[in-house]
Amino acid sequence: MAPSPEILVRGAGVAGLVSAVSLAERGAHVTLSEIGDRVGAGASWMAGGMLAPWCEAESAPDIITQRSVSAVEWWKAHVPETIINGSLVVAPPRDTGELRRFARMTSHFREIGASEIGQLEPDLGDRFSRALFFPEEGQVDPRKALEALKTRLVSLGGTVCLNDTARHDDRLSESNWDYIIDCRGYASRHQRPSLRGVRGEMLLLKCPDVTLHRPVRMLHPRIPIYIVPRADHIFMVGATMIESNDDRGITLRSMSELLNAAWTLSPAFSEAEIVDIGTGLRPSYPDNIPAVTREGRTIHVNGMYRHGFLLSPALASEVCDIIFGVEHPQTS
Amino acid sequence: MLFYGTELSSPLMLGTAQYPSPDILSETVKVSGAGVITVSLRRESANLRAGQAFWSLLQDLNVPLLPNTAGCHTVKEAVTTAHMAREVFNTDWIKLEVIGESDTLQPDVFGLVEAARILTEDGFKVFPYMTEDLVVAERLLAAGCEVLMPWGAPIGSGRGLNNVFGLRSLRAHFPNVPLVVDAGIGLPSHAAQAMELGYDAVLINTAVAKAADPIAMARAFSLAVEAGRLGREAGPMEPRDMASPSTPMLGLASLS
Repeated sequence: MAPSPEILVRGAGVAGLVSAVSLAERGAHVTLSEIGDRVGAGASWMAGGMLAPWCEAESAPDIITQRSVSAVEWWKAHVPETIINGSLVVAPPRDTGELRRFARMTSHFREIGASEIGQLEPDLGDRFSRALFFPEEGQVDPRKALEALKTRLVSLGGTVCLNDTARHDDRLSESNWDYIIDCRGYASRHQRPSLRGVRGEMLLLKCPDVTLHRPVRMLHPRIPIYIVPRADHIFMVGATMIESNDDRGITLRSMSELLNAAWTLSPAFSEAEIVDIGTGLRPSYPDNIPAVTREGRTIHVNGMYRHGFLLSPALASEVCDIIFGVEHPQTS
Repeated sequence: MLFYGTELSSPLMLGTAQYPSPDILSETVKVSGAGVITVSLRRESANLRAGQAFWSLLQDLNVPLLPNTAGCHTVKEAVTTAHMAREVFNTDWIKLEVIGESDTLQPDVFGLVEAARILTEDGFKVFPYMTEDLVVAERLLAAGCEVLMPWGAPIGSGRGLNNVFGLRSLRAHFPNVPLVVDAGIGLPSHAAQAMELGYDAVLINTAVAKAADPIAMARAFSLAVEAGRLGREAGPMEPRDMASPSTPMLGLASLS
C-alpha cells in the first residue's frame, strides 16, 4: 500500500466529510466530490445535530448507542463550537406516560423536578414538573460543523470539488483511485436497492423571547418533536418521520404539528419568525442501521437514517481500518 | 366467521405503523402469525407512489393487506384516500376511519355512515372504525358494511375495553356479523378478553410497535387471542355469588 493512497470521496454530507477528514488525518490524499454547490446540501442540511446516543436508544437498537458514544468526543475534537451540556426530555402533563416509556427504554439520565428544570432552562421551569436530563449529551450546528470540516480537510491537503458534475456519472472509472468512498446517501439508491427514503420535515424559528441552552425533546403519543437552540436565538424544530421518498415542500399538516408542538413547549414561540422550512430524505436500510459495505475498491457508507452526526465518526473509522488495516489490495 | 367471503388465518390483525425499523416490523408480522395487516396511506405519498419502498415490503410479507384511511377528518378525504388505496394496493378492502375529534381520535359516526354508503356503492368492502353504539352499527349495516370494528378505547391509549357491556350487547345483537375490536388494546389480556366476549378478531398496533420488544409482544398477543378464542369455544362457567368448594369434603379431619 502506498503511504498516501489516492481516495475519492463522493458526497459532501456528514458521512462524506467525516470520512474524508478521518482518511486525510491518517495520511490519505483525499478528493471530495460534491454535485451540489455547497457542503452538506442534502439530508445533512436538515439535521438536528444532536449528539444524543442515549436518547436515541428510545427507538434505536443497542448497537447505535454503543457505536455513537465516541461521537461526542470526535465532534468536540473537530468542531470547537460543539456544546456538551446535556439534553432534556419533557412531556405535557397529560402525556407523562410517554415520559415513563422513554425512561424505560433509555439510560444515562436522571429524573428531575420543576426546580431543577428551572435552573437548567429558566424559560421552561414553570411549564413542566418532571423531565429526564441526559447530562453527557451535546449538539453541533450541522451547517457550521460541516463547513468547519471542509476547512479542516483543506488544511490537511485535501481537495473539495463543488458543482462536480464531471465525477457524478455512476459509470465513473475506478482505475484512477486506490479507493472510492461512496457517501452520496439517497442519491446512490440505484447501486443500493435496499435503500429507501424516510421523509423528514423541519423548521427554523428565530425567537428573541425564548432562551434555551440545550436540545429539548417533547414527547407526545403522535407528534414527538425536538427543539435545538442554535446561535442568535435560532431554533431548529424537527422532525417528521414519514415512510415516503417524496421530497416536495412541507405539508400543512406537518407544519401545523411542528408549530403547535413548539407553542406547547413555550407559548413565547408564538411571536417567532419562521426563517427556514426544509424537507429531506433520510437514506435508510431496512434495519435503519447505518453500514459500511465494500464492493472491490468502492466502499459504501450509507443508510445513515436519523443517525448521520452520531454514527459518521464510527463508520469513518471502520473505513480507515479497511484501507489502512490489513485488508487492502496491492496498488501499483 | 367470514370477512367479506374470506376466512382469516388468524383473528389477530396487526397495524404496521411506528415500528423501530422495517426489519423489526417484518419479523413481528411473521412471529404474530397475523391474519391481516393494516397500512395507512398518507395522501401526499399516494399521489406519487412515493411510499412504494415501504409498501413493497408489506406486500412481500404475503399477509392480506387492509389499507386504512387513518387521519382523515372528512367524508371527502376518506373517500379519496380509499380510492388511492384501491389503486396502490389492488384491493377493494378498506378500513374506514373518519375522525371526529382530534384529541380522542374518536370516529365521526355521521360522516362514517355517509362515507361507508358512498364507498359500498363504489364496490368497496368497508371495515368501519366505529364507537360501540348499537344504532350506529345498524346504520352501517344498512349502508352495506358486512364487518363492524368498534373501538375498545381511544386509538393508541392502551386502556383496554372501556365499555364491556356495550361490546357484549353489540355481539348479542349481531351474532352473524364479523366483529373486530379495533382500538385501545394495550395488553394481551385485553385481547383475550375481547375474544372471550365472542369477538371474531382484534386489531393491535401501538401495543406491539411501542413495546420494548415488539417481536416478543407479538408472540404474546398471538397466544392471547388463541387463548381467548379457545376459552369462548370451551363454554365458560357462569360466575356465582357464593363460594363453592372445588375440593371434595370427603376425608376432612374432624376437629370437634
